Amino acid sequence: MRVAELPPADLRRRLAGPGLALRTGPVTVHIRSALPDVADGLSLLYGDHSLAREGGFCDFHVRLAPPPGLRRWFRPQVCFYLDGHTPFKPLPRSQAFPMLEWGLNWCMASFLNRHVILHAAVVARGDVAVILPGAPGAGKSTLCAALVGRGWRLFSDEMAIVSLEDGQLVPNPRPVSLKNESIRVIQDFVPEAVMGEAHVDTRKGTVAHMKPPAESVRRAQESARARYVVMPRYRPQGEGVMVPEGRAAMLMALVDNGFNYSVVGAEGFRVLADLIEDCRCFRFEYADLESAVAAFDALLAGEA
Amino acid sequence: MSAPSLLLEVLCQPARAGTLDLPRWDLLVRQARRAELLGHLHWLLAQEGLLPAVPPAPLVHLESARVYARAQQRVVRWEARCILRALAPLEIPVVFLKGAAYLLAGLPNSEGRLFSDVDILVPRPRLEAVERELMRHGWMSTHLDAYDQRYYRTWMHELPPLRHIRRRTVLDVHHNILPDTARLHPRASRLLADAVPAGRNALVLSPPDMVLHSATHLFHDGELERGLRDLVDLDLLLRHFGTDEGFWEALPRRAAELDLQRPLYYALRHCRRLLDTPVPSAVLEAVADAAPPPPLRALMDVLFGRGLEVDHDSCRAVGDGLARWLLYMRSHYLRMPLYLLIPHLLRKASRRRRDRGE
Repeated sequence: MRVAELPPADLRRRLAGPGLALRTGPVTVHIRSALPDVADGLSLLYGDHSLAREGGFCDFHVRLAPPPGLRRWFRPQVCFYLDGHTPFKPLPRSQAFPMLEWGLNWCMASFLNRHVILHAAVVARGDVAVILPGAPGAGKSTLCAALVGRGWRLFSDEMAIVSLEDGQLVPNPRPVSLKNESIRVIQDFVPEAVMGEAHVDTRKGTVAHMKPPAESVRRAQESARARYVVMPRYRPQGEGVMVPEGRAAMLMALVDNGFNYSVVGAEGFRVLADLIEDCRCFRFEYADLESAVAAFDALLAGEA
Repeated sequence: MSAPSLLLEVLCQPARAGTLDLPRWDLLVRQARRAELLGHLHWLLAQEGLLPAVPPAPLVHLESARVYARAQQRVVRWEARCILRALAPLEIPVVFLKGAAYLLAGLPNSEGRLFSDVDILVPRPRLEAVERELMRHGWMSTHLDAYDQRYYRTWMHELPPLRHIRRRTVLDVHHNILPDTARLHPRASRLLADAVPAGRNALVLSPPDMVLHSATHLFHDGELERGLRDLVDLDLLLRHFGTDEGFWEALPRRAAELDLQRPLYYALRHCRRLLDTPVPSAVLEAVADAAPPPPLRALMDVLFGRGLEVDHDSCRAVGDGLARWLLYMRSHYLRMPLYLLIPHLLRKASRRRRDRGE
């Protein structure tokens, strides 16, 4: 059953009561919250995700709720709980949905150490996956959203998940997190995109999430091999040209963007070194999305 | 006493893990993660050859916890090397305590265990020199508040925690295992005198002292934040050293020498009660005199029975919050006389309020 098939009132009731077990990529997350923002966000942005059957195993049991004490009422706040433990400081109540997103990212980056988890977006076309690593603010989510809006498959935003078993990328299509000016830019570039509420004054500025395409979510169990690593950077005077980069240098860039690289240790190095052997690597400075998408399409045109 | 948690059941009878359905596994992983025993559970099931019986979904989390524990072991080994190198010019005994000690001594406790920080014990007269050398090598005091500095330096058995400026790891430098203000007074010089080598230049406490320190930390000093994890440590130590010649004879004798009979009594009692730890009856008789008088004994059984359980929603019972609060107050009461304690707790409470911005 998909989230969208659940009437909104039921969704709200389930979230406030027994909770909702949501399948996303490699994990099942059990979510509880009586906050309407959380229900609305899930209903809008996770409509194509499926619900897990009752009585199974959930990887994470999370809850979004007001903190104990006065801040329940006075300048209300929200806390993220993983099994009663709260890893973060509370945030203003209005940021409940972004907090769920950040909390889920934290769960995955902290507790899936049979995978190397990198700070990167991943898009795919056919069975060719492209890793887009990059520092926050480099413009990888924007580029990812633009590509996805033009028919690329959303593999994962925010984190690339590489299995230690077989070196394959594991899909995790969740809402794409867009910040500040990017929100406007993507709304213009992909007018049909479903965009969640804009949350102002978060620690990352204004944040809004774009709903992942139904097709990407449907294929969330199909892993793929990385074939390209492209490190994007938005620059107003960027020429939108793919500049080849050495594999060794790009491997180090992946390592620098590792969430749990130091935890996984030597095995992680071996898996990433194997991964990079199969990849062509580029740096990519882009100024406008139209030519950026064209450059990516051209990259893969050589594949056929 | 209410029914034990699923985690306790499995710790006592690992074979139970082979019979669990997915919802029970769900609960077991949650409880074990909360108790910081997920990595230990992996080790335990591996020892018993039960990993093949674990379904794939929970196995992901057991294996992840093992990977994480190994990463922490690497970190702690490296820290130990750095600490020893920094302190080498002083030519003093450096005794590693708790987690780092279990790791350096190659004890089964270190397998799958999570470490929060590194603890060392050094001779008190050299404390200033130790702090100076550590600071030269990048360890800086974390509690910069003048009140905290004075609190630690005047009353406590350790320096304010040090954090390495680049690696961000935390080091606690102890000169004793209990505060000077505590009700019990073990002599640190005796602990140092009996310390045994563990690898190059590192020392750890002798087996009886290691057990006594672990018992003291849990039952006389701690706030039971990681009660069950610490009890599992004790259980593993007792099982491991229990096969050594002379260990069981030495343990109660040493407890008497160090004024630590009461913590040893509690440790043996609750290890047996909750984890079925084998303890020879002669040893139980030897520490029986250290038990509190009967009404208090019954109360403490109830309190520790609750306080040592997993602090997870699925294990809550009526009176849990009260039990934990009483244990918290007890730990402070044992730490300091009331005329020092009350101003200290008031100060902590007012600062907490200030930090929350209320």
